[in-house]
Amino acid sequence: MKGSFIARNPSILVFLLCLAAFTLVITLMSHAMGTGLVSTSFVKTLGKTLCLCLVAIAMDLVWGYCGILSLGHFAFFGLGGYMIGMWLMYARTELIVAESLSNAAIPPTDQEVVDAIGTQIFGVVGSSDFPAIWAFAHSLPLQLALVVLVPGLLALVFGWLAFRSRVTGVYLSILTQAMTLALSLYLFQNESGLRGNNGLSGLQNLPGVSASQDWVSLWFLWGSALALGLGYVVCAMVVSGKFGSVIRGIRDDEARVRFLGYSVEGYKLFIFTFTAIIAAIAGALYYPQAGIINPGEVAPIASIYLAVWVAIGGRGRLYGAVIGAALVSLVSTWFTGGMVPSVPLGFYAIDWVDWWLVLLGLSFVLVTLFAPKGIGGLFDLVTARVVPDRHGADYGPDKGSLREEEGRK
Amino acid sequence: MSALLEVAGISVTFDGYKAIRNLSFEIGECELRAIIGPNGAGKTTFMDIVTGKTKPDEGRVIWGEMSRNLLKMNEARIAQAGLGRKFQRPTVFEDQSVFDNLLMALKNPRSAFACLFYRPTGADRDRVEELAAEVGLKEELQRTSGELSHGQKQWLEIGMLLAQEPRLMLVDEPAAGMTLAEREHTTDLLVNLAKTRAVVVVEHDMEFVRRLNCRVTVLHEGSVLAEGSLDHVTRDPRVIEVYLGR
Repeated sequence: MKGSFIARNPSILVFLLCLAAFTLVITLMSHAMGTGLVSTSFVKTLGKTLCLCLVAIAMDLVWGYCGILSLGHFAFFGLGGYMIGMWLMYARTELIVAESLSNAAIPPTDQEVVDAIGTQIFGVVGSSDFPAIWAFAHSLPLQLALVVLVPGLLALVFGWLAFRSRVTGVYLSILTQAMTLALSLYLFQNESGLRGNNGLSGLQNLPGVSASQDWVSLWFLWGSALALGLGYVVCAMVVSGKFGSVIRGIRDDEARVRFLGYSVEGYKLFIFTFTAIIAAIAGALYYPQAGIINPGEVAPIASIYLAVWVAIGGRGRLYGAVIGAALVSLVSTWFTGGMVPSVPLGFYAIDWVDWWLVLLGLSFVLVTLFAPKGIGGLFDLVTARVVPDRHGADYGPDKGSLREEEGRK
Repeated sequence: MSALLEVAGISVTFDGYKAIRNLSFEIGECELRAIIGPNGAGKTTFMDIVTGKTKPDEGRVIWGEMSRNLLKMNEARIAQAGLGRKFQRPTVFEDQSVFDNLLMALKNPRSAFACLFYRPTGADRDRVEELAAEVGLKEELQRTSGELSHGQKQWLEIGMLLAQEPRLMLVDEPAAGMTLAEREHTTDLLVNLAKTRAVVVVEHDMEFVRRLNCRVTVLHEGSVLAEGSLDHVTRDPRVIEVYLGR
């Protein structure tokens, strides 16, 4: 317990150095630097991967540390994306409209400009009026505030209702799935005011920026790396102190934590909302790189993938979540991008675009059964961390508690 | 002697089975009390009610000189009010070090924000070491508590209970699974603790209760059968019939 925060958690320094080195190498290899060893679209893929690592950290905090298996955190990720997407779309359309109207004989009134923007954005869903939720879309600072506020408030209200009623375990997971499904179905409607199943598009074009995508992709890579680094340090601080002790206690035996005088509901609500906000920030950085967001992004399966990444990476350790998210999403890009040669069996050819999900599912099951510590557990071989023999007993009576194999000495 | 905890006329039914029926009794400040009774007498249910885990169908549970109604408070608030509980099976946070376990139990602000920005002060560290020494775990502070022996976990839990500085300790079968020497040590500790706070020991080992040398309440089928010194209650023909006679 002595020494500075970094000295007590050397993995933070290692992580930050790796992240900085990675960012530097990719920057030097990018088109913007003139070397062009890495394509701009791949720089975007890597930038997006960093955002996925950030949301995986959030998932690790809520599941790996606090034991709440939330299968709805991608809803917050998507909402963050929608919030920033609204400004990007509005501001860029405004510029286009202003340009086309500048040639008119009579200068357009403000109302005419707004109407023209509305027609441009909502024409695709047969409307031209701005719904009330677009009230702040003209302002970047306000819309940035909404990136945090909207998902944060949703998490706060949802969490308050769920935790106050002491919904735990698999029932809570089902509730969070229902939440993300409901959100997805709502957004699919044209009346939702967010362009229904078309979603928001053209988000890769930053309004008022004339730089090429080579540079924009690089900026977002830097932004994502910075957010991931900051998020990692903040989360490490949250889980390292007494707060971390309490939430790990909640994961293993929440009744005992109650009898110590801690309000378990308050802690769960805090961690749920906090991680929802991290997820939203990750989403706000992700979707400008993806260029498009639609309701399919917040479908229930996305949140389940998130849990799979954390499980494969190793829950209860932040770098595990990062490794899991980075590895699985990059390998997934590789397999589904048709870059892997199919395996001819004579009577049938295994095409990886179709079979990748089977492979992922299989590896998830295998990791859960035979290597519960995930990939992060490999580091224990280096640091010679040995698990005490508990004769098969979990670390606590609760469903989310650490299994014997996940423990540490 | 003014009552610290007053239980008046509580009843609770689980699926038609009356676990507690019209149970009433009082515990004074700095009193050592043993509660005995056969299985199913309602000992654990009584502890669950007092600590807020179970809500009774009727009755009152009144706490302290402010006469606060414990039934209106949740588990965490009751614990903060000064009621500590030790479970029969040792329940410590096995994934965490002895130091962290004790630090978590230490009497400090309990809110999420207070904990988030909490850094242990020198006084807190000293207190943790003092507590660890008191329960004989000074050498084990940095060990993961999951590695400790059964007896050591029991001690750690008692240490955590002490760290909470409760005014009333509810101790569920403290001697279960202990060796004879450990039992004697436990008896001394409990008697000592009762000098500065109230201690309620739930136990069914008569020898252990005799060594505590305190007032005894006998529960049977959810209500008080007899109360008084151990010799007094063991002479009671009803007690002999339902408990000792078997």
